[in-house]
Amino acid sequence: MKTDFFSEKKYINAYLVCAFLFLLVGLFQSWNVAFSILNLCLISAIMSIGINIQWGNSGIVNFGVMGFAAIGGLCGVLISMPPTLEVWKDGTAVILIILFSFLISGILVKKFLKKFIYNKYLKILLSIIIILFSLYLIKSIFIPSINFIENTNSAKTGYIGGLNLPIILSWPIAGLFCGVIAFLIGKIALGLRSDYLAIATLGISEIIIYIIKNEEWLARGVKNVNGLPRPVPYEIDLQKNEFIQTLSNTLNLSVIELSSLIVKGLYSILFILVLLIIFFLLQKAIKSPWGRMMRAVRDNEISAEAMGINVKKRHLQVFIIGSAIIGISGAMLTTLDGQFTPSSYQPLRYTFLIWIMVIIGGSGNNHGAIIGGFAIWFFWIQAEPIGIFLIELITIFLSDQNEMKLYLLNHAAYMRLLLMGLVLILALRFFPKGIIEEEKRL
Amino acid sequence: MEIINAFALIINYIIIPGLTYGCQLALGALGVTIIYTVLRFSNFAHGELMSFGAMTSILITWIISYFGISIFPLPTVILALPISILITISYCLLIDKYCFQYHRKKNSKNVISLIVSIGVMFFTSGLIRVLIGPNDRTINDGERFIISARKFKEITGLTEGISLKLSQSITIIVSIIAVVLLFWFLNKTKTGKSMRAYSDNKDLALLSGIKTENVIFYTWLITGTLACIAGTLYGLDKSYKPFTYLQLVLPIFAAAIVGGIGNPIGAIIGGFVISFSELLITFSYNKFLSYLIPINFLPEGSLQLLSTDYKIAISFIILVLVLILKPTGIYKGKLL
Repeated sequence: MKTDFFSEKKYINAYLVCAFLFLLVGLFQSWNVAFSILNLCLISAIMSIGINIQWGNSGIVNFGVMGFAAIGGLCGVLISMPPTLEVWKDGTAVILIILFSFLISGILVKKFLKKFIYNKYLKILLSIIIILFSLYLIKSIFIPSINFIENTNSAKTGYIGGLNLPIILSWPIAGLFCGVIAFLIGKIALGLRSDYLAIATLGISEIIIYIIKNEEWLARGVKNVNGLPRPVPYEIDLQKNEFIQTLSNTLNLSVIELSSLIVKGLYSILFILVLLIIFFLLQKAIKSPWGRMMRAVRDNEISAEAMGINVKKRHLQVFIIGSAIIGISGAMLTTLDGQFTPSSYQPLRYTFLIWIMVIIGGSGNNHGAIIGGFAIWFFWIQAEPIGIFLIELITIFLSDQNEMKLYLLNHAAYMRLLLMGLVLILALRFFPKGIIEEEKRL
Repeated sequence: MEIINAFALIINYIIIPGLTYGCQLALGALGVTIIYTVLRFSNFAHGELMSFGAMTSILITWIISYFGISIFPLPTVILALPISILITISYCLLIDKYCFQYHRKKNSKNVISLIVSIGVMFFTSGLIRVLIGPNDRTINDGERFIISARKFKEITGLTEGISLKLSQSITIIVSIIAVVLLFWFLNKTKTGKSMRAYSDNKDLALLSGIKTENVIFYTWLITGTLACIAGTLYGLDKSYKPFTYLQLVLPIFAAAIVGGIGNPIGAIIGGFVISFSELLITFSYNKFLSYLIPINFLPEGSLQLLSTDYKIAISFIILVLVLILKPTGIYKGKLL
């Protein structure tokens, strides 16, 4: 019991340090900055929980964070934006039906081939015919209708639009959708071992980004979708509110600042709610026999299999859960930004940074993942001021007009990459268990 | 004549660019493969090591041209290359000493080394951006073309021209030299043989008196050299942009895995498979066919399997397909 008490105290301390850091930012920089950092910290924390359940609890190396986050964002667009009615009347419905029937028929045909046709050459011949036929279909139906969609009002819409539902709905739907995609990916890729799985998931996530970038009918591709509806009120509406105006007088804040603070605060509350729900569900799962089984699989696959655990099935299960969580956070990110920009999805920022969060926070521990998410995102944002400070310190004896100093100050923004790499390397060497160690369970 | 035109078209748009890009990929994939066979982890930092090599080449080129030394028809980078190779090798050795050695001695899982290599990737990319900035830089200060398309048309009287850039021929020649030297080293010298023995069976190699430290030193020596050459050649052919090297990591892995990771010949073949399939799949065959068959029989619309937007994605698709269908690659490499 003593150890339990100690570990509990340790993560409470870590949370207190995080809160103190936000307080510092709020007092010395501005509360607006503090809240925008907090919001992204919360989203990062959810993402790192998603990776933590995969890597920390079951040892799956998923480098596809970027892809799932982008799919989540795509869900945000497809749920919340108003539909482009012109294309729904004739063009797109056809495309979508064909797309889905294609996917299904492709899988069915493959099953059919496997079951009924034993002749190898006949199989190859049939698959070639199917491929040629689908190419013909793409040429004759797909491309004209895609062109039609992309050309209708291409400056403003030029895509199929969404369902015009409240954007909050997109969060659970993104989770479901990512779960389905993760099921498909997991089915084909989870047979691979650690390094290969990492490379395969990274490749798949890049392919997903390429598809989203280039299929403009889906979500405008690199032209971005702007002005997503919000789950919280707009600043302008708040500024007209009389209560807010009197509040701003009493608090001695300008109305504009106060309104944006309120908006950010509301976002934070929503995100904290989601984080708490996911966190408690996962905590429950980890403490249950299911969690014990997952750890058994992680620690020794062979002996777990000998005990009668279906390792493949467990891996698939946990891959789906983790990816769904990442999808939810992706949708939340798009909601927060109010826009969907496919070109902003970079593996460095989405995949590898999240991994650093998990490793630094302490893999195998959800508290650790949250703390890691907070700490690393905070550091990622504040690395530039820190870098400038360090450069000032190093070059303190040089004059202000010294070229070397000016050059270094100009490039201070890139210090964050350097420092992040350093942190990861040092962490793996000196405290490989992370800020908060995994609880010792009997 | 028509057929010759069609061939000229293919040579100009597919064979020459494919060979150049294939050489660059092959050199990169060789580095990844060698690290993988000897040290047993996938080195995600390899792209950034290439970028580091290219950056040192540029910095040294600036110093050299500051003193007014040039070998005009050839780019000055050629002079800078040996020095920058040395610098890249020492950087690799430093990284190994401070990042990878600890985990090797502790016998950590190879995934941990992979994550360390991601740390190295972050560190190196930050270092490069702090030192040289994120902007585009041209390295090539020599002659641009050996034969330009216009000149070729004038000489031969064909309607299709073949242009051969100097940077392309330098890439191909330097790659051939590097690969020949590498294979000579691996197959004929005692150190090379000990490296191969070590990668085949570590314990047996240790028992027969091969020193681990030596093998690892030579591994990084080769990797650093290859990374520096590949990075510089890539920068010479296109232009030096630090962020492109990050995107190069996956095509390099694709090349290494397609050929069978752990097999040097496989890495070279994989490089060419990737580069040529990228070009062949995104090439529009309309003009090519118009030389071969009568215009009336030409099908309408563009004859392209995938649009050029998907050029880089093709290597990822190949990578994923190979990983799922035949993870050992063309030449049976080592499976994890």
